Amino acid sequence: MDNSLTVKQLNLYVKSLLESDARLGAVSVTGEISNFKNHYASGHRYFTLKDNDASVRCVMFKSYAQGMTFVPEDGNKVTAKGYVSLYERDGQYQFYVSSISLYGEGDISLKFKEIAEKLKKEGLFDEDSKRPVSRFPKRIAVITSATGAAVKDICTTLEKRLPSCEVVLCPVTVQGDGAAQNMIKTLDRVYKLNGIDTIIIGRGGGSSEDLSAFNDEALARKIYESPFPVISAVGHEIDVTICDFVADKRAATPTGAAVIACEDASGYKDYIEKLKARIQNAASNMIKTYDYRIRSVDIERISQKALTFLDRKLQTLDYFDKDMSNCIRRILENRERRFDGAILKLDSLSPLKTLKRGYAVVSSAERVITSVDALNCGDRISVRLSDGKIDCEVKGNERF
Amino acid sequence: MKDFDFEKSLKELEDTVSLLEKGDMSLDESIKTYKKGIELSKECSKYLEDAKQKIISLSEAESVENND
Repeated sequence: MDNSLTVKQLNLYVKSLLESDARLGAVSVTGEISNFKNHYASGHRYFTLKDNDASVRCVMFKSYAQGMTFVPEDGNKVTAKGYVSLYERDGQYQFYVSSISLYGEGDISLKFKEIAEKLKKEGLFDEDSKRPVSRFPKRIAVITSATGAAVKDICTTLEKRLPSCEVVLCPVTVQGDGAAQNMIKTLDRVYKLNGIDTIIIGRGGGSSEDLSAFNDEALARKIYESPFPVISAVGHEIDVTICDFVADKRAATPTGAAVIACEDASGYKDYIEKLKARIQNAASNMIKTYDYRIRSVDIERISQKALTFLDRKLQTLDYFDKDMSNCIRRILENRERRFDGAILKLDSLSPLKTLKRGYAVVSSAERVITSVDALNCGDRISVRLSDGKIDCEVKGNERF
Repeated sequence: MKDFDFEKSLKELEDTVSLLEKGDMSLDESIKTYKKGIELSKECSKYLEDAKQKIISLSEAESVENND
């Protein structure tokens, strides 16, 4: 028989050769992406890496694609890491990619790590040194580009939530040469201001190169020195910069920073109305309590006390009354008795009684005569008897 | 209104409410506390309703302070 192989055997043989090569098992290739396809059904990504003179087919399986923080585009110059093997069906050798980074970013991320490690060691990221932000700030300094969405987003959100808060706009260059220096100088000026409650520093989204000013070590240190709490808001959700680590608070977006920077005052309108209602309610309850006390407890007690007092006095008065009438009656009876006695005595002393017994009273010139010597013959006298009088003339007198 | 401390006033207002709701003050004190509470609630409402956002530039802020 001949020694010919099946196609499949050939491909498998070449594949095994490729896969047994140590160098091809872990290789890093730099080139430009083209024909990028995100296969939605499978989640795998297919593209071609090329440079001026050559190209190679690449595949990135779903499990690796999910770990990517950005989606590559045609034309991106990237560095891809992975291994080389053969796709049996087409007899085509392929680069099986496990990670992609934008060309040059490798250096940036290395530097990022270095600075981050250093500042962390020095304690600039410590949770203990993070300050809380004021809930109702009066003045917020916003450090960002004068143009762009960030400044607008921040101001609009602050206005919606806490319109009373004054905004001090501090326009800066946020990317390119000298951006970090520019922000440091501006921070120095803001630090000298009075009455700043919070600083918001940041910018909208951009490429990792655009955000690089916020990874500047000197800027990070300057932020750490801030006398006021700082909220950093750089890029979008997935972007993280050194400034985010040193700031007191980190917001995912500029709008998010404005949300963190103050309470939503509109929610407090109802709350204050409720508090006011509670005050009025408490006051009306208090009045009701006093009213009740005045109505029931006090009046009843007082009137009862007064009645008891009055009753006692009336009782005393009754006693007095009884005593007094007894007393008067006794006096009257006494008088009556004395009067009767006097009458009896008077009666017994009355001359009329004597006259009735046959005695007479002789008087002359209105004087009662008690001696014969008082009369002479011819004197006219009046003799009183019990039932009348006799006028007489003295004829003679004789002494016994 | 610029120097009005909303947070402080709100706290005071909350304290006033709980004091009144406790109800163990004399009538005189209660009336005083009630008046104070109503006054605070008015100030707080005013603060929330009258406010209009003011935006100034850094150089404006600096010149205001230098003139002060």
